Amino acid sequence: MRRSTVRKLMIGLAVFGLLAAACAEENPVVPAASPSAGETAADCAKGVTTYVNQGQLTIATDNPAFAPWFGGKASKPGSPWKAKPSSGTGDPYSGEGFESAVAYAVAGELGFGDEQVTWGPVNFNQSYKPGPKDFDFFIGQVSYSPVRAQAVDFSDGYYNVQQALVVKKGTPITEVTTFADLRGYKLGAQIGTTSYSYIVDNIQPDEQPNVYDNSNDVIAALNAGQIDGIVVDAPTAYVIVLIGEVPQGTVVGQFPTIGDQEHFGMIFGKENPLVTCVNQAIADLTSAGTLDAIQAKWLKALSYPTIAQS
Amino acid sequence: MSGGQPPGPGDRLPIEAERERRGSRILGPSGRARPEGRRAVLIALMSTVVFFTVLALVVVNSPGWPEIKRSFFNAERFREDLPGIARAFVLNVKLFLMAEVFILVLALFIAVLRSLPGPVFFPIRALAVGYTDLFRGIPTILVIYILGFGAPALQLRGVPKSPFIWAVVALVLVYSAYVAEVYRAGIESIHASQTAAARSLGLSRWQTLRFVVIPQAVRRVIPPLLNDFIGLQKDTALVASIGVVEAFRTAQIDSSATFNFTPYVATALLFVVITIPLARFTDALIARDRRRRQAGAAA
Repeated sequence: MRRSTVRKLMIGLAVFGLLAAACAEENPVVPAASPSAGETAADCAKGVTTYVNQGQLTIATDNPAFAPWFGGKASKPGSPWKAKPSSGTGDPYSGEGFESAVAYAVAGELGFGDEQVTWGPVNFNQSYKPGPKDFDFFIGQVSYSPVRAQAVDFSDGYYNVQQALVVKKGTPITEVTTFADLRGYKLGAQIGTTSYSYIVDNIQPDEQPNVYDNSNDVIAALNAGQIDGIVVDAPTAYVIVLIGEVPQGTVVGQFPTIGDQEHFGMIFGKENPLVTCVNQAIADLTSAGTLDAIQAKWLKALSYPTIAQS
Repeated sequence: MSGGQPPGPGDRLPIEAERERRGSRILGPSGRARPEGRRAVLIALMSTVVFFTVLALVVVNSPGWPEIKRSFFNAERFREDLPGIARAFVLNVKLFLMAEVFILVLALFIAVLRSLPGPVFFPIRALAVGYTDLFRGIPTILVIYILGFGAPALQLRGVPKSPFIWAVVALVLVYSAYVAEVYRAGIESIHASQTAAARSLGLSRWQTLRFVVIPQAVRRVIPPLLNDFIGLQKDTALVASIGVVEAFRTAQIDSSATFNFTPYVATALLFVVITIPLARFTDALIARDRRRRQAGAAA
């Protein structure tokens, strides 16, 4: 081999190696915070040093944010969310809507004032991607599952979920009372929701259900007659019918819990010390009855007939 | 010397200079490896091995690698999710096979319409131009949304509701616009002397098109046609937005259920696996076509 070729190769390798070494970053070691007996959530939160923005609580949720989870009559100026009650979308900054209210209540327990809470729009798919997060936690009707908990840390549950069925009035599907009755119909659900897995695992219709990017598309499909019914969590079902997104829409009933009770949790990056503080906050809010009050205020006490499993 | 086949590396040639020109750096004109050729292959092999080893070492030793491996290259998730994704992939295959058949025909029709000469055919030419402008301008996903949700909602009798059918229609409309332009390029690249010769033989305008111009034009544009076909295969993933649960959507469902991205890697693998044989088959088609056209001429 010619000497100039060898030299060029060696130089090239050396440069490459140097660049690679420069790109590798140190992984900071994060001490875990755990509240000792008697310590409040606020003390715990003060001990956390890994906030995305120091002195602020950065919370993320999807854009658009749907009712009844997020409400508000008008958006705060500068907010990326558009609050439009007639379309069922809300602004997390408003503090109205179940999840917005829960988030601000938790922030209060952690010692953050309302002005110290910042919201960032993050797509649900991005919330669980690997690597450091650009939010402290994500709240957005995310159901806990053990497999999901391998990728992220979940807070304790703040709401127990029931699925419900939304259809158009006057169609034969309004008569169903059991899972067996449903098997012949074409159902639809939103992607990433446990509604879809409920259909596939429990209802098991003859035809595979359709899946859509977001709840607006599922509703459009029902309106276009491409599906006979939507499976979605009960509070969202209530709102869909209430604001008339489905003309002549009605909730046929709700589905029983099969297996573990499904609950919503907030998403944190792996080993984020803030989880224990938030869990403490949720426990305090539950025992004080605040969580129940928020639920009673924003999620109407729904009493739909149950669609029996058999 | 036998006629018909172009001379290969083993044949003896009369001119020394021609022999030099035909031999490559690696193989001499007699087909045996030259000493400089052996060294070249060795260097190429060594530098490839070194480069990829260094790259692999850099990636595997980066601090975030275990997380990326668990998240994107998870063996257990791959094993569990691949069968479901492969089953749904059959839907993608059906989609692009059906669509491609209609696209090839419709696009040729539009390209021919556009090439009709004379002022009396101006409205038809204008329509063809308008069609290609419109459907190349609108993003494919918008066409899929508008047709997939809008057309059934019109509730006209006889209009199908199935999102699969509207997905095929949308893809055919959009891709015919692109492929029509490819055909037009092919048709216009045929030298006018071909048309002139055909006309002077007594062939009518349509017969010229059918027997002389279009066969040559289509053969010329096989590489860009394949390009558009491969693009179509990728765009079948867009139909997920109107509810069709195809491979990409299945991967999305699995991914959001487990908070893992390995299903996407599995889907990518499936797409690559069908693209590579197709590309090699097309290369073979083109090579065979070139051999036929240039038989006997110096390569």
